[in-house]
Amino acid sequence: MKISTLWYCFQQGLKNIKRNLLFSLASVGTIVACLFLFGIFYAIVMNFDAIMQQMEESVAVTVFFDEGISEEQIKAIGEEIRIRPEVNTMDYMSAEDAWEYFGPQLFDGNQEMIQAAFGSDNPLKDHASYNITVSDVSKQAELVKFLEGLDGVRKVKSSEGTAKSVASINSLVGYASIGVIVILLLVSIFLISNTITIGITIRKEEISIMKLIGATDFFVRTPFIVEGITIGLAGSIIPCVILFFMYGMVVDFLSNTFSDLMSWLTFLPRGEVFNTLIPICLLIGIGIGFVGSVVTTRKHLKV
Amino acid sequence: MLVLDHVTMKYPTGTTALNDVSITIEKGEFVFIVGSSGSGKTTLMKLLLKELDPTSGSIQINGKDYAKVKRKDIPKIRRDIGVVFQNFRLLKDRNVYENVAFAQRIVETPPRYIRRQVPSMLTLVGLGDKYKSYPKELSGGEQQRVALARALVNNPSILLADEPTGNLDPKNSWDIMNLLEEVNKRGTTVVVVTHNREIVNAMKKRVVTLKKGTIVSDVKKGGYIDED
Ligand SMILES: Nc1ncnc2c1ncn2[C@@H]1O[C@H](COP(=O)(O)OP(=O)(O)OP(=O)(O)O)[C@@H](O)[C@H]1O
Ligand SMILES: [Mg+2]
Repeated sequence: MKISTLWYCFQQGLKNIKRNLLFSLASVGTIVACLFLFGIFYAIVMNFDAIMQQMEESVAVTVFFDEGISEEQIKAIGEEIRIRPEVNTMDYMSAEDAWEYFGPQLFDGNQEMIQAAFGSDNPLKDHASYNITVSDVSKQAELVKFLEGLDGVRKVKSSEGTAKSVASINSLVGYASIGVIVILLLVSIFLISNTITIGITIRKEEISIMKLIGATDFFVRTPFIVEGITIGLAGSIIPCVILFFMYGMVVDFLSNTFSDLMSWLTFLPRGEVFNTLIPICLLIGIGIGFVGSVVTTRKHLKV
Repeated sequence: MLVLDHVTMKYPTGTTALNDVSITIEKGEFVFIVGSSGSGKTTLMKLLLKELDPTSGSIQINGKDYAKVKRKDIPKIRRDIGVVFQNFRLLKDRNVYENVAFAQRIVETPPRYIRRQVPSMLTLVGLGDKYKSYPKELSGGEQQRVALARALVNNPSILLADEPTGNLDPKNSWDIMNLLEEVNKRGTTVVVVTHNREIVNAMKKRVVTLKKGTIVSDVKKGGYIDED
């Protein structure tokens, strides 16, 4: 296949679009809608993931020990916990550390009153603890059960409720978006295939003439495939551009409106989302165009 | 060499267009196919182009049996055959230049040759000044000449022409026939379907006469045979 032939097929493909403009635009429109929704879901899921990750890092399990337990025993328990796969980070806070940390906060930090109340005793002497963060919120319950079963453990504190709801919302958003996107993809492929079928039907006589004077299937087919890919490409560039500008505006709006929530509701920078979103969109768009046109031409061009 | 061996063509409608036809056309021959309307001339041409497959019998081109040609090899065979269809079959959405150039694009002629050969081919058939027109803007005779230009531009080794002068005045008809004879002298096998009695009689070529799907006469240096 020579370059000049490919170039010719390319030009013919663009001409096909022009001749079949209305249907081409309809196909582009569907793909735009499809990828636009996809992009929105994608941005939401990605941000959600980031927020989740933050929460996972802050959602901690705290383990307290039986009274009178020795430092060695605590260390031994620590070793047992550390090898669990659910554990992300693990900090030991000794009784002294705990008192040093919480003590000065008592009585509004009035040293004399603290001194008067406790002297040199450590009121938290049985409050040595491990602070554990989990690598995956959905596995937290499992870890808590394990910890409660350990010898020498008095109490396990965890924020179970939050962990559960965060995990279930995340998977719900994931499933819903996958469902919608799959449906829209199928609609897009169907519409592209329809557009090309119409193109082929209109040009049935032309196609049979081409074949009778010796054109190969490739020669007849390539313009239609160029048509499909171009439609797919247009259909993916448009939503990418719209989303790119929209993302900044929405993030700005949310940040201003819910500024008190901003401590835990932080958004990913635009670059981080679109670094992956743009290539994925282009790939899907071109893929839809390619698959739609290849399947359709294979079905109709048997002359 | 073209060979039809006991070829019968029955359309799905039940019409038997050709009935047990055998004919051999040597390389470099010039053959007229004549016969009244409906006698099977166009059907014969379609079989030679493998636009149709015969109901029975075999067709060979340069020793290749059409029945054994794979689908993907059909274009190769057709590229060696120039064809003028009875109803022209030009590409409606392209102008005269593009219609002729198309035949060259199919065989991947370099664009610089296309730019040179298409205008000279159009001049040869007397349409040098109409290259920008679309088929619907041309008269029947002009469309016929575009079809001929398209058929000849690749220097095919076989030319099939179904009534190439059907819409032309006597002067233009003779010009086209002289062109076909010229092409034939350069080595192309030429098969021409025609109703033009005067030309057939004057040119003294081989004449095959069809009647109701069978060959009723096949004469070297023959003439137009009248229906009884
Ligand atoms: N596609 C078709 N389907 C069914 N019957 C057909 C078809 N094409 C041709 N026929 C029939 O086959 C017979 C031969 O037709 P053909 O077109 O070969 O005749 P012809 O010799 O070319 O006639 P003309 O001089 O009018 O062009 C006719 O009876 C015609 O009705
Ligand atoms: Mg005919």
